[in-house]
Amino acid sequence: MGRKIRILVGKPGLDGHDRGAKVIARSYRDAGMEVIYSGLHRTPEELARMAVEEDVDVVALSILSGAHGTLLPRFVQCLAKEKGGSAPDVLVLAGGIIPDEDIPALKSAGIDEVFGPGTATQDIVEYTKTHLKREVA
Amino acid sequence: MTDVPRERAIDNIFEGITRKSRAHLARAISLVEDEADGAAGLLSRAYRSRKGAMVVGITGASGVGKSTLVDAMIGVLRDAGRSVGVIAVDPSSPFTGGAILGDRVRIRSAHNIDPYIFFRSLASRGHLGGVSRHTGDVIALMDAFGFDDILVETVGAGQSEVDVMRYVHTVIVVLAPGMGDDVQVIKAGILEIGNVFCINKADLPGADKTRREIEMMLAMKENAGWRPPVVETIALSPDQKGAKEVVGAVISHRDYLASGDLMKEKTRQSYRAVLEEYLRLVTIEKVMKHAASDGTLDSVLDEMERGEASPLEVAGRLARRYLTRSCHG
Repeated sequence: MGRKIRILVGKPGLDGHDRGAKVIARSYRDAGMEVIYSGLHRTPEELARMAVEEDVDVVALSILSGAHGTLLPRFVQCLAKEKGGSAPDVLVLAGGIIPDEDIPALKSAGIDEVFGPGTATQDIVEYTKTHLKREVA
Repeated sequence: MTDVPRERAIDNIFEGITRKSRAHLARAISLVEDEADGAAGLLSRAYRSRKGAMVVGITGASGVGKSTLVDAMIGVLRDAGRSVGVIAVDPSSPFTGGAILGDRVRIRSAHNIDPYIFFRSLASRGHLGGVSRHTGDVIALMDAFGFDDILVETVGAGQSEVDVMRYVHTVIVVLAPGMGDDVQVIKAGILEIGNVFCINKADLPGADKTRREIEMMLAMKENAGWRPPVVETIALSPDQKGAKEVVGAVISHRDYLASGDLMKEKTRQSYRAVLEEYLRLVTIEKVMKHAASDGTLDSVLDEMERGEASPLEVAGRLARRYLTRSCHG
């Protein structure tokens, strides 16, 4: 059958806007990937659990509430813990309303790339395909 | 030729499953789904280490509330101190091969962090019948891991998804009033396979009518030994009304199966179903792969196009040619 790329699209925190997450989920699906959508109001702990259970290659977190500074690094920590110390094989992306000046801190905290509002979904999909950390046979 | 690093990796994954590492179970499921090298070795071990979980299928049309019911059932089972593995299948796009697996949306937060629950979403990957090709194998992996109960939620077109019955002990058919289908319109297959009927959204008008129609249909059937109960639920309600009764009905059905030879018969049917799946893989796919790669496929297609051979003749020829070879792969 062959390998499918699996992606968790997650909505951390109290942010109730899911249109962006659903748009990116559909774009990933249209690119042939299997997308698990987390639903709203998930904690970093829940999302880390999901990422492990679903054995995803990519986690794409959508956050528009401004709480990215706390929630995204916390997610990275939870994911590492769930994976037994580190998660070198999962690409972690973030999108939504994240000011440019916050991006360096997020990257130091382990977020691989941040996509601001207005990024073309095709660009996100392409980036994802070319930056996977796990082999796709 | 043995691939030592691959062998070791498989040992490592299976050993992880034995000591109940969720990450290892998750990895094992992916390898089996992807039919990766080493999947065979994993499955060989898993099928020899099954612990006898109660396996339940939840089927019904899209929108009746299967996922919400599954969440409610998990709650009841956890309250009873049971560990639960969940498989939720959603359809893959026939055009892109991708899928949106959205059943987790209905799972409450407490369940997402409960160490005794494991939830895995599977895409159908083109497989028809309501489950994916390797659903039976994933059930075996979860059974080897040691869950008390395994719940399998089917795709949910609600029409012809009868495959699930071959992999589970008990099938719950979920309906909801006012969904636009009268019970009579729903294809007979779905209704035939139900061991428990659940009328979800029972607070909606029409619930009584749906109940009467099901009961009438059941009265017409010969139900040798087991009369499927009809349970009303409001899975979305704060106290998940009816969920306990659904679980109770499932346990009764399981007891009924255990009381005679039926359990053995069920298990044998299930193995037969998985065996057929694998035979398909090793015969049809092998033949087509070899025929395509050496040009034979093109030439027999030409023959049939010219009316020089029937598909049956060609199939016989290809089978004799490729299946008796000692080639592997």
